[in-house]
Amino acid sequence: MRSRWSYVYFAFYLLLGIVLLFLNNDLSKAVITLMNVIIVLVPLIGTIFGVMYYYNSKEFTELLLAQPLKRSSIFLGQYLGVALSLSMSLILGLGLPFVFYGLFESSAIWDFSLLLITGTFLTLIFTALAFNIALSNENKIKGFGYAILLWLFLAVIYDGLFLMTLIMFEDYPLDKVSLIGTMLNPIDLSRTLILLKLDISALLGYTGAVFKQFFGTSFGLIISFIMLTVWVVLPVLRIIFKSKKKDF
Amino acid sequence: MKTFFIVMSVIFMTKLSIAQNITVCKTCPISTLKKAIAHAKDFDTIVVKSGTYKEFDVNVNKPLTIIGENYPVIDGELKGEIITITSDNVTVDGLFIINVGTSYTEDYAAIRVKNSKNFLIQNLVLEKLFFGIYIEKSRDGKVFHNKIIGDAVEEYNSGNGIQLWYSNNVKIEHNFVQHVRDGIYLEFSDDCVIKNNVSALNVRYGLHFMFSNDDIYQDNIFENNGAGVAVMFSKHIEMYNNIFKENWGTASYGLLLKEINDAEIEGNTFENNTIGINIEGSNRINYKQNTFSNNGWAIKVKGACYTNKFTQNNFLYNSFDIAYNSKVNDNEFDKNYWSNYTGYDLNKDGIGDVPYRPVKLFSYIVNRTPETIILLRSMFIDIIDFSEKVSPVFTPDDLMDNNPQMKKITW
Amino acid sequence: MVTIENLHKKFGKNQVLSGVDLSITEGGIFAVLGPNGSGKTTLIKSVLGMVIPDKGNITVLNENIKKNSDYRHKIDYLPQIANFPSNLRVKELIKMIKDLRKPTNEDQRLIELFKLEPFLDKKLGNLSGGTKQKVNLVLTFMFDSPLIILDEPTTGLDPISLIRLKDLISAEKEKGKTILITSHIMSFVEEISDEIVFILEGKIYFKGTIQKLKNKTDQPDFEHAIASILTDNHA
Repeated sequence: MRSRWSYVYFAFYLLLGIVLLFLNNDLSKAVITLMNVIIVLVPLIGTIFGVMYYYNSKEFTELLLAQPLKRSSIFLGQYLGVALSLSMSLILGLGLPFVFYGLFESSAIWDFSLLLITGTFLTLIFTALAFNIALSNENKIKGFGYAILLWLFLAVIYDGLFLMTLIMFEDYPLDKVSLIGTMLNPIDLSRTLILLKLDISALLGYTGAVFKQFFGTSFGLIISFIMLTVWVVLPVLRIIFKSKKKDF
Repeated sequence: MKTFFIVMSVIFMTKLSIAQNITVCKTCPISTLKKAIAHAKDFDTIVVKSGTYKEFDVNVNKPLTIIGENYPVIDGELKGEIITITSDNVTVDGLFIINVGTSYTEDYAAIRVKNSKNFLIQNLVLEKLFFGIYIEKSRDGKVFHNKIIGDAVEEYNSGNGIQLWYSNNVKIEHNFVQHVRDGIYLEFSDDCVIKNNVSALNVRYGLHFMFSNDDIYQDNIFENNGAGVAVMFSKHIEMYNNIFKENWGTASYGLLLKEINDAEIEGNTFENNTIGINIEGSNRINYKQNTFSNNGWAIKVKGACYTNKFTQNNFLYNSFDIAYNSKVNDNEFDKNYWSNYTGYDLNKDGIGDVPYRPVKLFSYIVNRTPETIILLRSMFIDIIDFSEKVSPVFTPDDLMDNNPQMKKITW
Repeated sequence: MVTIENLHKKFGKNQVLSGVDLSITEGGIFAVLGPNGSGKTTLIKSVLGMVIPDKGNITVLNENIKKNSDYRHKIDYLPQIANFPSNLRVKELIKMIKDLRKPTNEDQRLIELFKLEPFLDKKLGNLSGGTKQKVNLVLTFMFDSPLIILDEPTTGLDPISLIRLKDLISAEKEKGKTILITSHIMSFVEEISDEIVFILEGKIYFKGTIQKLKNKTDQPDFEHAIASILTDNHA
């Protein structure tokens, strides 16, 4: 089950990479399009695959539970199995066409590597979140619903609320608030990380000192990566915690 | 023709004065530049041998040619102005001038040209300076191939690299200016040509025009300055094939146009600037065949700007292509290439079938609430931008390029 | 062998086990009985560590099972409904479980016993319920563990297989093993079990031999004895 879908996923990215490169013939534009794909699609696919895998392998999980295996290793094994195979599909699927296109001689290699790294982080985060949802919901339909809702919230609704908050309180100094708001959403966090590469010129146009420190130095990059790691670790810890408590 | 005349006259003068060379060196009878000038007759040549000469307030008051051999050092010891030219037909060549005095009341310069014609200042190296080359009420001169390296940190206590004040018809070519306040500054100076210079890492502007008309600047590179070039309160300025890049920071831009009329901006490259061109109250300007790539804002229009034309420009991967702070538009955008264009070309004539709207709703939002910049490229923003594109409410609805090109324009 | 003290478990608002105390000695076949929803499976799953009790202690072979998974090496468990990953082949599943636990050759004998050879290369999703149950039995009996837990082992089996299963259980008993069984088939329970444990409303209602139960309830046969417990309590 898992392997078949990860091939489809791999083929999808391979095709996307090829189409982007050979129709556009422009590496910079391809990287920008890819960014849109990565911050929207990767979380969605991570969420759906995570939930789907969990529910589909439920019987298998029960079989394993009766065996002399630690619960945490059963669930972590399943999580890593999904998350890593998705990540590999992403990295290879997008990486191969770009390598053939001559990425290594291009200046876009750092932008591109950053894209793949954030893509991998997003896969790890959203698969973990999906497992959390599935672990907490016995009902498959409910689980799927929550998972899609979670994605929709983080990908779109959150930013809408965020934007409205910023506009409503525009008379106050907002730079700290806006950075914290970004940290609390892994999709925004990844987006910021990519913005640091693609749109640094625009970001430096803003006056706030906190912004300046964040975007003008490597501080922003380091903080973002730390936060992404936290975003991976917390849901994974909850998987372990929750799986220890759960009855089957 | 003028250039030719100057060059010829320089050669002529040099030839004339061969018999009347005065040599300055540490062990010669004449060991200072001041003494040499006092001894010299009109049209003599003074050759300064290498060595360090501690002199300041050197007044060149007769038509002389001063040539340094192997870059002799003229050290002003921070006492004030170093060389002042008050005569026509003076050439200064090949000196290394350092330690200009700093003052809050007087603009001390490494070399000043005052009320003179036909001067030539070339191959100088200036360091530790306040003002570098100061041309005051002079005309028909040339500033050629000088290297000016300052150490300016703050605007208020630093001077400009090359400054023109009430000076017309001056050519400024092949100079290299960095770490001063303004790399090149023109005030009330008309008919000047600024060409092939590199102005970088300056505290304020790479090049700055105030109340100066009919000037041309071309093939210059402005890099990493507080802001690239500021053209203010001037008319008929022509700007060709310059490169403006990496002018980063709050309110930083490649080019600032303020109260400018009837200018030509053609063939320039704006790359990695926070704002490519910042336009305020400027009218009848033609923007043609420029390339704007990877800027925060390619063009930011503030206040009333009328009858400007943007044609055949390339807008590549800018975070925002155009930003307006009003709903009124009287400018024309036509036949540009926009990398953000997503339309199609069914009849294959190379022109997109759907007009392109370069002003995004989000740029309007960011203008209002700058912190929202952090939401750049969010899917939510894409959605509201799209709805604004379909029915413009906040952005000028007639602002669009009806003939967006499908491919990057090459000339 | 297995000691359970004061075991409580609640699923949501539903109190399933409320203070179960049970001690099972080594050797012999114990049948866990009770009406539907009385907590039989929950009890068994608690012993296996699949259900985490709210309160109480369980020791298996003198090891407390809390935060421990090694004791499961000593248990063979037959789950109630054999749900296997449907895209695995029978052969692959057997091999995988062996990899997880320990190598054994017992599976060959069991496969022959239940006539499973023709199905070895089939995917589990394509098997009938009875065949799946046979695979389930192979997986359970191929390891030689001192404690065997069978949850509804007779489900879906044909008469011949049922006889073979009974033989198998008796043989394991001969080896001195402890076997826990739940079943609804009273004749099967009566035939093979040494002692029965009757659960009612989350508590142990009765523990002892079938004879003792008959005496207690004054009924001549086993089925009626069980029925009388139920009617007495629900009347």
